[in-house]
Amino acid sequence: MFFRKKITSVLMASALVAGVLAGCGGEKAGTEGSKDSGGGGDTIKIGANLELSGAVASYGQGIAEGIDLAVEEINNSGGVDGKKIEIIKVDNKSDAAEATNAAIKLTNQDKVTAIIGAATSGNSVAQAQIANDNKTILLSPSGTSPNVTVGTNGKVNEFVFRTSFIDPFQGTVAANFAAGDLNIKNAAIYADNASDYAKGLAASFKETFEAAGGKVVSEESYVAKDTDFRSTLTRIKSANPEFIFIPGYYEEVGLIIKQAREMGITVPFMGADGWDSPILVDLAGAEALNNTFLTNHYSAQDPDETIQKFVTSFSKKYSGKSPDAFNALGYDSVYFLVDAMKRAGDTSDATKIKDALAETKDLSLVTGVVTVDEFHNPIKSATVLEHKDGKQVFKSKVNP
Amino acid sequence: MEWIQQLINGISLGSIYALIALGYTMVYGIIKLINFAHGEVFMIGAFVGFYAIAGWGLGFFPALLLAMAVCAIFGVLIERIAYRRLRNATRIAALITAIGLSLLIQYVVIYFRGAQPEAYPDALSNKTFDLFGVQISSQSILILSVSIVLMILLQFIVHRTKIGKAMRAVSHDMDAARLMGINVNTTISATFAIGSALAGAAGVFFGVYYTKIEPLMGIIPGLKAFVAAVLGGIGIIPGAMVGGLVLGVVETIVSALGYSLWRDAAAFIILILILLFRPSGIFGKNAREKV
Repeated sequence: MFFRKKITSVLMASALVAGVLAGCGGEKAGTEGSKDSGGGGDTIKIGANLELSGAVASYGQGIAEGIDLAVEEINNSGGVDGKKIEIIKVDNKSDAAEATNAAIKLTNQDKVTAIIGAATSGNSVAQAQIANDNKTILLSPSGTSPNVTVGTNGKVNEFVFRTSFIDPFQGTVAANFAAGDLNIKNAAIYADNASDYAKGLAASFKETFEAAGGKVVSEESYVAKDTDFRSTLTRIKSANPEFIFIPGYYEEVGLIIKQAREMGITVPFMGADGWDSPILVDLAGAEALNNTFLTNHYSAQDPDETIQKFVTSFSKKYSGKSPDAFNALGYDSVYFLVDAMKRAGDTSDATKIKDALAETKDLSLVTGVVTVDEFHNPIKSATVLEHKDGKQVFKSKVNP
Repeated sequence: MEWIQQLINGISLGSIYALIALGYTMVYGIIKLINFAHGEVFMIGAFVGFYAIAGWGLGFFPALLLAMAVCAIFGVLIERIAYRRLRNATRIAALITAIGLSLLIQYVVIYFRGAQPEAYPDALSNKTFDLFGVQISSQSILILSVSIVLMILLQFIVHRTKIGKAMRAVSHDMDAARLMGINVNTTISATFAIGSALAGAAGVFFGVYYTKIEPLMGIIPGLKAFVAAVLGGIGIIPGAMVGGLVLGVVETIVSALGYSLWRDAAAFIILILILLFRPSGIFGKNAREKV
């Protein structure tokens, strides 16, 4: 048995070596043939490491559509410094190990200058080390966890950036919206205790809301997969809050809002992008969702000119489809990268481009005006949406 | 006022537990098997009801009856395929089979329809009554009354009918019952059919009351119902009812005191305490009558 194992590993190793050699050969031929290696030739190679299948395929596919539209627009208008963009898409199957493999393929075989991906924080973190080691830029369109750009050692990942804002920022926006637009003095927080996302949001909401002179009268938590929230809601109700903040995901939020409304809690509820799912409306019911708000990356109904231009060209390309937040973030990721390439004056030197990315200031994109901070997080506006009869309606835009 | 409201919350939660616990306790009473797949029968019932209402447009009561019928057949099949061969095996073998079966059913359902949750349609109108500042929903009253009616019905079946007599005989001594001409296999099948039909009914009520159903929804209610059955004295039908209500109220009180994260822990601490100090449960007597 042991012997057989050994033979297998020898075989595997030789196959691997053969593969690498073959890869090198191919690369060389390519270089000689068309002087086209990396971004040095007449195309700019950008990898897209996305969840095109698997559990969160809808996120990855949405981003891919946005990327395609942006690349088409840029190439049709002459490309960047006369070079066309070539997108190499790899499916990471919504799996962190696959995302790592895909990143290795893109950096070592395809020699891309930058990788756009992945949609989720976990799959983005899985590639961060590879991107840093290979000096390839990694731009996560929608990874919102703070540790995508900042490693566990507290050091900023030099080559890693993101297009979306980070989780805690949505808590800040919600607090400003409650204290400012809704003029709320007493708020309650009912957070999902099992997720870092919800705890981060709850903490930043509390901090900002109290700084704005508000008072958090009740802080409760639930655990994901709970179904009966009535006893805790009774407790919250007796504290008489004028507003309830529920950072969490739609599965529980839908039930909480339904049960709360049945119990006669009529005050506004607010949450973040974890609410953004059509199932929320099915669970809570359209009527119960009236007078509830959520923060999100963008809204297709935003009257802003840049957004409306994007919405028009998107629905033209994709037969009338209205773009969602992932479409917009994918689209923005390409422009974000291209802007840095233009300012760096180079389309292949990842070190110059990452310096330019880090210096991005007041860049106007579909999902907001972006300035990159010291942690490689974009500072940009968030959109507040209101539920009206089961539909998300654009309410306002809140600046950081 | 807040405390009365919490008591109402507890009773409505507890009546769901009671509804599931009735079937649990009945199966245990007959063949001394803790049927861990009971929570999955409950889940299947919820989904059958869901597809009947949302897919075929049936009303609430036809859907309820359909779910009960499907679950009764499903329960009989489970017993026929998985448990019957193990009737003379060690109890631990049957228990492990039950756990394995429970996982199998969960993941077969996930394989066929995915793990995403489904929202139950509003098949049953819900009104909230306001009594002196206390909100009571008509659905929770309905669930409580259904549990009580089913409990009485079960008691009647077990104590007043021929099949009930057979059940009690099988429970008492399987071999002696066979010698007396009782068809043991039929009797056990009937027990599974009735217990599973109750689980199916509980599934549909759960779906309507809590809206969200998903393939893993049976795990926690199943375990809680088990705790409720043990609390009331496993194998004793009124015990399951009382155990369910007590458990619901205790959980609600724990949340009401501000320890909502300890709610599930409280349920299982009760289980441990009962097993340590009063293993036969609230209603258990030394020479208790089973079923």
